Amino acid sequence: MTTFDGNAIAGTLNAVFGGEMTTASGTCASCGATELLAQLRVYRDAPGVVARCEHCDAILMVIVEKRGIACVDVSGFAALEEPTQL
Amino acid sequence: MMAFTRNFHGKRRAEADPARVPPGQYVTPGFPVLSAGPTPKVVAGDWTFTVRGAATSPVTWTWEAMRALPAESITVDIHCVTKWSKLDTSWTGVSLDILLDSVETRAGYAVAFSEGGYTTNLPMADLTGGKAWLVHEFGGAPLEPEHGGPVRLLVPHLYFWKSAKWVRGLELREQNEPGFWERYGYHDYGDPWREQRYAGD
Amino acid sequence: MAGTALRGRLTWQQATVTGLVAETSNTRSIVFDLPDWPGHRAGQHVDVRLTAEDGYQAERSYSIASAPEDPHVVLTVERLDDGEVSPYLVDELRIGDEVELRGPVGGHFVWESTCDSPVLLVAGGSGVVPFRSMLRHHAAAGSTVPMRLLYSARSRETLIYADEFTRLGGRGGIDIRVTLTRENPGTWPGERGRIDRDFLTRTGLPPAEEPLVYVCGPTAFVETVANTLVDLGHGPGRIRTERFGGTGTP
Repeated sequence: MTTFDGNAIAGTLNAVFGGEMTTASGTCASCGATELLAQLRVYRDAPGVVARCEHCDAILMVIVEKRGIACVDVSGFAALEEPTQL
Repeated sequence: MMAFTRNFHGKRRAEADPARVPPGQYVTPGFPVLSAGPTPKVVAGDWTFTVRGAATSPVTWTWEAMRALPAESITVDIHCVTKWSKLDTSWTGVSLDILLDSVETRAGYAVAFSEGGYTTNLPMADLTGGKAWLVHEFGGAPLEPEHGGPVRLLVPHLYFWKSAKWVRGLELREQNEPGFWERYGYHDYGDPWREQRYAGD
Repeated sequence: MAGTALRGRLTWQQATVTGLVAETSNTRSIVFDLPDWPGHRAGQHVDVRLTAEDGYQAERSYSIASAPEDPHVVLTVERLDDGEVSPYLVDELRIGDEVELRGPVGGHFVWESTCDSPVLLVAGGSGVVPFRSMLRHHAAAGSTVPMRLLYSARSRETLIYADEFTRLGGRGGIDIRVTLTRENPGTWPGERGRIDRDFLTRTGLPPAEEPLVYVCGPTAFVETVANTLVDLGHGPGRIRTERFGGTGTP
């Protein structure tokens, strides 16, 4: 099994959020740690993309693509920065 | 218009009897590892399986208690919602009929729960009647952690996300409640032959 | 209007293969011609999407191997035996073929020549790909900041960009140190063994120089190297990492 980090889903995040997200920071609602999305642990060999906190493994974000439409759940974040336009 | 990639076929390498391959699936000779999180380290001796939420108080089996029950060998085809199917996989485990026999319940549904927090929901009717097992061997060898060892659920007639890895028990319920992938829009039931991938299929 | 990309919006476009370079027996570089390329920064990625005739699609993210100054976008792809996209890209793709690309993406693991800190790059296996972009960018922009690459590979046969790195090394502050983990001393006069604490102490840039550090490779490699660098006194805030699957430990 292969673990990636947030860099590997930069394209998916950009398509979902409409801008660059790997340099945005998010705060884990579970342990309170704030990290750049580039640092998330990403599991994408699954029915969807699951991003977890680097510190406590809590699920921060799930992205599922259904019939070409991406559905994103960011409820694991207590706070999440806006995307930046490069 | 879709732009096709010349001579790209995905991983469809294995030839197979089309009657055994559900719509939209391809057959793989490998055994892809799918995971939504780190592989939990569960030592078989520390593993337990608990059925709770029934009329009776929770029932728990230890690894030794589960291994003392009659096991059977099963050879089945498995179908993953990410579109691979694997034919003639062989497993050894205990039928859930044997475990649920000692549990008094009128619940119509169950949520299987796993080490690491994963859940998936199934009707009780699909966990009984010789359709579901707790398996601890794959291909004659102890089930590897990356494939759900020491023990995973095996419900081969549904998409494979229902066959929860690292399973630790069942929560019995009167009402159907979605599990992990079901909450994110995957189909509640997940019949590969009716291609029930997403809610509404 | 179909096929018209909105400015600034990330869309898939058809990229045509104009060149192929075998780097090793299981790695090759692919040169693409893109109709609408906004330019990229060294270290950024693109997503590649392949579509089978029955509509089945597979998508992967790859680091860009070319510099922003280069005329074409180049990806270097290592074949993963259980992979789906990489075997196609390494073994099947021909000149003139088209695949879909979107990008560039990623803003974290990038280096710009306008930055005046010394730079330490640490690569495991094909984790060296984004560093090739950074090294070429350094050379093309005429930067003089020290840029040192520590590159770990299994053997001479698995080294990629060997000739180019030989040419780049020693120019304008670029310093490249290769270590091979599974090569005989008889056939390799250089460094051998893993990038461990001793190797980083001997060959890395001193923490006192406050270099920007980039580490790329398989997950276990990146975690070991990044933790060791912090132990040696490098500020965690100056270390950028990129973890990917790849094939085991290089």
